[in-house]
Amino acid sequence: MAILDVLTYPDERLKQTPGPVAEFDDALRRIVSDLQETMDSASHCVGLAATQLGIAARIALVDVSKRPKIANHGRLVLINPEIKAWEGLAVGREGCLSVPDYTGNVIRAERIDIHWFDEHGEEHEARLEGFEARAVQHEVDHLNGLLFLDRLVSHRNDLFRRKVYKK
Amino acid sequence: MSKWYMLTVIGRDRPGIVARVTSALYQAGCNLGEASMLRLGGNFTIMLMVQAGDGADTLNKALAPVIEDLSLDCHVVGIDGSLHRHMEPDVRITVFGADRAGIVARVTTALAGAGLDILDLESDVAGSESEPVYVMHMEGRALNGVDPLQEALDALSEQGIETRITPVDTMMG
Repeated sequence: MAILDVLTYPDERLKQTPGPVAEFDDALRRIVSDLQETMDSASHCVGLAATQLGIAARIALVDVSKRPKIANHGRLVLINPEIKAWEGLAVGREGCLSVPDYTGNVIRAERIDIHWFDEHGEEHEARLEGFEARAVQHEVDHLNGLLFLDRLVSHRNDLFRRKVYKK
Repeated sequence: MSKWYMLTVIGRDRPGIVARVTSALYQAGCNLGEASMLRLGGNFTIMLMVQAGDGADTLNKALAPVIEDLSLDCHVVGIDGSLHRHMEPDVRITVFGADRAGIVARVTTALAGAGLDILDLESDVAGSESEPVYVMHMEGRALNGVDPLQEALDALSEQGIETRITPVDTMMG
């Protein structure tokens, strides 16, 4: 296990879109361990994707279980995660280890249905909501070469966009 | 490391103010930092951190032609500041109600007493001349937690001021 350096924007490697993991072997589980240790070394971090460490593989970790009063499924080891359905929209604040000293508002689905494999090749499905769903969408974005900067909305206007009706 | 200044610019709104001001600063070798710029009551307002090696005189000299051309009011003051000093808000508060004297003072005094540190405040007067509606959004830090803020807001709602408080739970991934 090792704490690895997290790539920061504008490192081009954050834009890579790796193909699915094919082998569920010890090498894969070593990457999961490194992800875990790197994530644990950063305070308040609830998710990390392999691409943030420069590893081109569809692997991410999400664990929001330490946050108080938040619905969660414990520690999620997401291999080849695929979001199957989205429902509802919510604005929330996000930050990212790959974008230091900045947080911004992002619109995400409130609930998602997700399918994934764990590090032993077992298949899983779950419906996630709220903060946990947001974290998973953020990490799946990383595996598709996207940062939350790509999805920012202005807190000044976009949250409260008003319609003007003609009388 | 050259010194930071806070530049304040106000002028009747027209297209091109930001482009002209920032181009003049760029050509004078200044570095720009954090900024807040918006239109208030038909005026365009700029608050901008500027780093200038040669001091405030450089800034004023660089801006002089633009200020004259666009009839801007401009103020430069040296600040004890630097970048990367952000604080994270943990609460967002929306306040609205029929506009009347003292609404801002009452709301912000109650919230300050309950431990709110405002990081960002924007407000607007909506409605019409005869029936103005005051709308205010704040983001800040709840130094004593959200509960005392909620209590302070509940007391205000009895005075006809509508409020909503939402915790900001930043997802770090």
